[in-house]
Amino acid sequence: MITAERKPMEEIFRSVEPFGKILLVGCNECVTVCHAGGRKEVAMLASALRMGRLKQGAPLTVDEMTLERQCDPEYAEELALVVDQYDAVCSMACGCGVQTVAERYQGLPVMPMVNTAFMGSSEKNGVWAERCAGCGNCVLGMTGGICPIARCSKRIFNGPCGGSSKGKCEISPDVDCAWQLIWDRLKQLGQTELYSQIMAPKDWRSARDGGPRRIVREDMAI
Amino acid sequence: MSDFEPVVVVFACDYCAYTAADVAGRMNLSYPTGVRILRVPCTGKVEPLYIMQALQKGADGVMVAGCLVGDCHFKNGNLRAAARVKRVQTMLDDIGIGGERVAMVNVSAGQGAKFAEIATEFSKKIGEMGPNPIKQGAKAAA
Repeated sequence: MITAERKPMEEIFRSVEPFGKILLVGCNECVTVCHAGGRKEVAMLASALRMGRLKQGAPLTVDEMTLERQCDPEYAEELALVVDQYDAVCSMACGCGVQTVAERYQGLPVMPMVNTAFMGSSEKNGVWAERCAGCGNCVLGMTGGICPIARCSKRIFNGPCGGSSKGKCEISPDVDCAWQLIWDRLKQLGQTELYSQIMAPKDWRSARDGGPRRIVREDMAI
Repeated sequence: MSDFEPVVVVFACDYCAYTAADVAGRMNLSYPTGVRILRVPCTGKVEPLYIMQALQKGADGVMVAGCLVGDCHFKNGNLRAAARVKRVQTMLDDIGIGGERVAMVNVSAGQGAKFAEIATEFSKKIGEMGPNPIKQGAKAAA
């Protein structure tokens, strides 16, 4: 999922300062799962904004709405019936959702209420960790299902650097060395021969280095 | 400010604090009339939003009263509640309402006297802090 965290309240108050009536829009997908921008978080932030602005003597009308998936135009369309009533839309979706809404409602300011973080998975309740860098050329089959790009601090191929010590990365004792994890897993799978296969330098053009990416599926286009 | 009588909403766990409040009543112990008790099946059921909305609707303080640590009927509902209260306190500090207006307390079902004492003390503390600042802001804006 895409993970996110609510922006600091001070920044949020600053961004809504010019407005008197806003629509706070959540998303039922990733940001609901990571408790950053689902229906509950929308309600919490709405309550905080109403109280904070009342305290300042400048009441703010906050209406709440949560879309099924804010990054899809057909769901963003649901806002069309009501959006004219507001000074701004404040989105609690990831950057994709914010941009989809901003693109659809060109004349309206769309403010992000969360900081989008990374593609990750839940380690346990309340803990999310980065798992995928979206590099566009997956090597997980070679590395025991552990990504050396997302989970190695240096994103290196072909084994650990000199900073790996007792299974931990030199950047922090809390960070596992991805290559230690890979080696342990390859041993467990009986696939240690994969470790000795040299991986060629990565072609980063399939990642962000090739500029903004698109996927076009002609067979799916309507 | 001397005539200010704070409204304190207490989310009281059915298994302990609510019974403790009942015991306090049966012992004829008094606590401030502004203390309003809401029974919940476990403090683990108290969503952060409940606390926010209580304050938004005019409460001056909110107390979440759960079982003693280690005695939760549902194992760890009171610990979850404590973590949530902490998060709400941070948010209330951030928006200038004051995190101290919310408290997590732990009492057992038999501790009627302790419940009355905690309720009185917390109500007194809120009284000293003054009314929920959103009331003043609402007046100023009107």
